[in-house]
Amino acid sequence: MRRTGVARFAAAICVVAGLGACAVQPKPKPGEIRINLNPYPSTYQPYGSVPTLIRGATILDGEGGRIDNGSVLLVDGKVSAVGGADLGAPEGATVIDAGGKYVTPGIIDVHSHLGDYPSPGVQSHSDGNEATSPARPEVWAEHSVWPQDPGFSRALANGGVTALQILPGSANLFGGRSVTLKNVPARTMQGMKFPGAPYGLKMACGENPKRVYGSKNQMPATRMGNIAYVRQTWAKAKEYDRKWTKYEKAGGDIPAQDLAMDTLRGVLHGEILIHNHCYRADEMAIMIDVAKEFGYKIASFQHGVEAYKIADLLKENGICGALWADWYGFKLESYDGINENLAYVHNAGACAIVHSDDANGIQRLNQEAAKAIAAGKRAGIIISEEVAWTWLSGNPAKSLGVFEQTGSLKAGKMADVVLWNGNPFSAYTRPDKVWIDGALLYDSHNPKLRPVSDFELGQPGEGDVK
Amino acid sequence: MKRLSLIAAALAATASPLTAQTFAISGGTVVLGDGSEPIQNGMVVIRDGRVVAAGDIRMKLPPGTEVIDATNKWVTPGIVAGFSRLGLAEVDLGASGSDDTETGGSPFSAAIDVTPGVNPKASTIAVSRTDGVTRAVVAPVAAKSIFAGQGAIIDTGDDMEPIVRARAFQFVELGEGGAGIAGGSRTASFAMFRNALREARDLRGRVDTNRQDDVLLTRFDAAALVPVVQGKQLLLVHVERAKDILNVVELRQEFPGLKIALVGVTEGWLVADRLASSGVWVIASALNDLPASFEMLAATQSNVGRMRAAGVNVAIGMLDDNDTRYVRNQRQYAGNLVALGKVPGAAGVSWGDAFAMISSKPAEAVGLGHEFGSLAAGRRGDVVIWDGDPLELDSAPEAVWIDGVRQPLDNHQTKLRDRYRSLERQALPEAYRK
Repeated sequence: MRRTGVARFAAAICVVAGLGACAVQPKPKPGEIRINLNPYPSTYQPYGSVPTLIRGATILDGEGGRIDNGSVLLVDGKVSAVGGADLGAPEGATVIDAGGKYVTPGIIDVHSHLGDYPSPGVQSHSDGNEATSPARPEVWAEHSVWPQDPGFSRALANGGVTALQILPGSANLFGGRSVTLKNVPARTMQGMKFPGAPYGLKMACGENPKRVYGSKNQMPATRMGNIAYVRQTWAKAKEYDRKWTKYEKAGGDIPAQDLAMDTLRGVLHGEILIHNHCYRADEMAIMIDVAKEFGYKIASFQHGVEAYKIADLLKENGICGALWADWYGFKLESYDGINENLAYVHNAGACAIVHSDDANGIQRLNQEAAKAIAAGKRAGIIISEEVAWTWLSGNPAKSLGVFEQTGSLKAGKMADVVLWNGNPFSAYTRPDKVWIDGALLYDSHNPKLRPVSDFELGQPGEGDVK
Repeated sequence: MKRLSLIAAALAATASPLTAQTFAISGGTVVLGDGSEPIQNGMVVIRDGRVVAAGDIRMKLPPGTEVIDATNKWVTPGIVAGFSRLGLAEVDLGASGSDDTETGGSPFSAAIDVTPGVNPKASTIAVSRTDGVTRAVVAPVAAKSIFAGQGAIIDTGDDMEPIVRARAFQFVELGEGGAGIAGGSRTASFAMFRNALREARDLRGRVDTNRQDDVLLTRFDAAALVPVVQGKQLLLVHVERAKDILNVVELRQEFPGLKIALVGVTEGWLVADRLASSGVWVIASALNDLPASFEMLAATQSNVGRMRAAGVNVAIGMLDDNDTRYVRNQRQYAGNLVALGKVPGAAGVSWGDAFAMISSKPAEAVGLGHEFGSLAAGRRGDVVIWDGDPLELDSAPEAVWIDGVRQPLDNHQTKLRDRYRSLERQALPEAYRK
């Protein structure tokens, strides 16, 4: 049984601030001390919106639905209604005639390093991977996010990206916690943080951990070393979990807090989602068994270049594959990349996601999906545009645990919406307008609605179309 | 409009029997690759590995000529990779022995020649061919000197002769990358550049005489730069920052013989007029729009469109880590340049221009526009039949010819695709499905 957030927060101040600050407060009862689960809370507030009716558009709703000549009504930052040509607008609403255009939920990229590896990509900015130990579950990607990364604005204006997960790098077996952000410019990371989104934990298997630590003559130097280290770490986490669970139930001495173990305990309790960087089919199968051995669930495999070889296993275990359309060969574990990966995973009934892992690729995720549809078609797998959009918003939202709030155009959800100036599966199409929580934050026709990061102010090309 | 009855007559007049390489493709949307817009219901005629005629033509073909129906298809020259490391690396990281882009342990720089490193059986070449890439500019990677060495022009044909022109250019880094190699700054890289060209100039004409004691270059490296100083070999220079671009263009005042083309050129739009008047060719990254480094602060996807509008000669290439294997995405990038035409305030290019930037323009940039990159009469018979608009994301080649020879379109990836089309357990393991 968990206590209310306020009580938990008060207790956490005692733990952090030490005895002096606690002296004036009543002594906690046995078992009462709780670790603050949300010490860096979101301060994001949606910007202002006006009731807006977009009509005459082709609507892909992000859950596999399509309406030709459809209408979407946005009111008070939420999707108010989705329907046909007869959908009316409240008085005073802005009405946009979108004939020949498409309306979709905003794209959600589940694999970004924006803010953590920002532009310019110089050493001073290299904050994406605490590659100092094979297991660093104690680091949180949000503490590296530089909100002034110009890449956020490109992802918005060129990519129609309205939310994104920032993951730590993959040099370690446990890379640290991820954070999910709304793609809204802010002065602070907290100002971008997606309210209520669960944390993720980045894990990695394969070449990267064994190369990075093996080259330092440390464990792991091999794939078997990878797995042994991962299992030993989970075994410690189970022990930590037992100690705290016992304390929470029965009181007694307060166990020492361990930030790394806190994160792993959150995973064991199902509160933190595992996003596992893994390329090869055989390694993904092993990671699935590791998860079963220690009693946690994998939300997604990231990259999964060989996911098509075990698409049945992904389906059986309810694991999403967050994939590229056509990357291959840059490492040996990506040597068997094929263009049909997304289509094959989808066709097996598993959850397919188009991801970027790239500050350029995040600007063209819709195009990557288009390439994947085409590759599937040539292999005899017909995937409609409306179904393919689930790869770009619905499935990403599910894998991040925010599908209740966003990821599809359903009444009551956040109005995270893109109006495209044509068919978004065409190379000739770009975002026309982008709303986040109903606020119009990009309009291709209005230079004032084009964000410019502090870094770019006064530089050549400030405020350019980019 | 071209009605090439003369050529038809010429074709008929040749009494020699038709070879297997003579064929015509009719009924498709024909793209010449010279910057012109697509031609509906056009025709392409290839004989003995060369283009006889193409476009809006009707010719009487000799009896027995194979005629391929391309109704509802698109017919184009093969795609030319404007800048790449194609064929040099099978795997980029952690697979030593498979990557011939690395030269850090070599005592040589300008003398390095990529020719023996190009593996025509590399999977990257087969994958690129499957996607309609038929020729590529292949550059070495700079390691210990700003001079990376000599690059080649290759074709992607399924044979053992990939080199179209060996030692087609010398590649040099004169931006941030070059500064880092030369000692930490641009001042150091330009000093290194000047010294090297002077040593080459001093060496010119001497057969076997002693060189001065204070030379920095090996004799082999200095000799390799002699044709550069003389203007007999193209100097391909990687720069991004606007001022670096001007610095390089101005080097021609000091070394009047230099024949220069630029690669990268992310901030070219800031100095587009001066670039245009210089006449220098640019092989640009198509879509750089991030200030990824301090030499790209003004990056915008409108760079290519603005340079083109100013009259700069522009082609597209793949730089950075997209160079060993992703040249097939050039056509997606070209399509994106067309898309910019619909974005207010952005500078796009026409469809015909965009296609030329991945066919004839890169060929012209390296001085081989008369050989390939377009379907003008006499060009090499590099032809692709596509199932749709080649700049669109859902299109793919159905047939590819290089020098008039029909190419296989299967590769490691297509075989994996077929092997894993079904995951149903069968009588034998997957390894038996070939």
